[in-house]
Amino acid sequence: MLWIGTRKGLFALRPDRTRRSWQLRGPQFLGHIIHHIAQDPREPRVLLMASKTGHLGPTVHRSGDGGRTWQEAAQPPAFRKAAEGEPPRSVQRVFWLTPGHSSAPGSWYAGSSPAGLFHSGDGGLNWAPVAGFNDHPMRPRWAAFPTPDGEFLHSILVDPRDPKHLYIAISVGGVFESTDGGCDWTPLNEGCAADFLPDPAAPFGHDPHNVALHPLAPDRLYQQNHCGIYRLDRPERRWVRIGRAMPQKIGDVGFPIVLHPRDPETAWVCPMDGTTVWPRTSIDGRPAIYRTTDGGRSWRRLDRGLPARQAWFTVLRQAMCADTRERTGLYFGTTGGEVWASHSGGESWRCIARHLPEIYCVHHAEGRA
Amino acid sequence: MSCTVRVASPLRSYTRGAAVVDAEGGNVAAVLAHLEARFPGMRFRMVDEQNQIRPHMRLFVNTEEAPDLTHPIGSGDTLHLICALSGG
Repeated sequence: MLWIGTRKGLFALRPDRTRRSWQLRGPQFLGHIIHHIAQDPREPRVLLMASKTGHLGPTVHRSGDGGRTWQEAAQPPAFRKAAEGEPPRSVQRVFWLTPGHSSAPGSWYAGSSPAGLFHSGDGGLNWAPVAGFNDHPMRPRWAAFPTPDGEFLHSILVDPRDPKHLYIAISVGGVFESTDGGCDWTPLNEGCAADFLPDPAAPFGHDPHNVALHPLAPDRLYQQNHCGIYRLDRPERRWVRIGRAMPQKIGDVGFPIVLHPRDPETAWVCPMDGTTVWPRTSIDGRPAIYRTTDGGRSWRRLDRGLPARQAWFTVLRQAMCADTRERTGLYFGTTGGEVWASHSGGESWRCIARHLPEIYCVHHAEGRA
Repeated sequence: MSCTVRVASPLRSYTRGAAVVDAEGGNVAAVLAHLEARFPGMRFRMVDEQNQIRPHMRLFVNTEEAPDLTHPIGSGDTLHLICALSGG
């Protein structure tokens, strides 16, 4: 099942066995803004969804039956009450959801705007602030350059070998690492460009758009940043700009980066126009996915089946994903409400849904709901 | 002290579709607490964790806007939970 979160509700595309035919279901939560949806790999019938409406505050819903029915969190993510004289912080949107470590069933993390980190130990029904980040003495400086919509905490990554080893990313703020379960954090941005900062060598203040850790090679991280595509092989601390190998006229700006489920050398990106006033559209109106199969040393354009001209969409950071099938399926949703799929590693594409609202996220859930 | 609460349509998923409900309380905070006890989750959608009315919500007691949760409510008053005209 491919879940599609949009600015106006939740949809799902159900494939037949061959993945040639897709049946659109929904909407559920019509009119609700769906920022993220994620399946629990430890309990595949469980899905969590982050939403709000134009008027109402942010919340999280949980499904225990593969998305048929939903229960709202009893205690949604919220900052602690501000102390006297302290600037009050309130969650404006829950932006990201990540299942916790496989050894901790029911454990989930959520990221918010303004940048906050939250944890649930009961499958997403009750959330508590992660004080080690939210009250870190450096947090006001780490998240000092909010966008007009506030800064966003996303790309919460849990090391599959160690539940206490976490990464988070903040747009704008940078990538941060914790090795003690979130009690303390350190910036991890060396090597990343930050052309928009007065000090390009600043240790934080960067704009990671999407960071991914390979599940089978957890020392391998990839990052699509506002200023380039990067790779990091731990224990190194310096990111390598693998986007330099992209064609110069395409550049290496984009929102999502998606990893192959089994091959740590393979990743896909969706370049967008980051020139002049930052249109953030397909470059020259000719959308393409780029794939590396050698860890970013080289990239190949993949556009067969995609519009050849006059297609000016944007693919947001949560709006591209892969499945885990032998022939890896790739999916992306556009701001124009189309869903595109490839079952050939990106070699060819076809549109499997159109006329949807602006797509914020896509998530492939294994199994049939 | 009992009052009437008129519920905007985005909040009626909490009131099982009811547009008008009865509630108790001497000010907005108390009435919202009473509503929360009957309709769990409703309050946080209107009021954030710092007890601030959310930007796209408007609360009126009869015809007077309540600027914050301390605004008094008298017996027989009507609390209007209104969604601001915004969005697109």
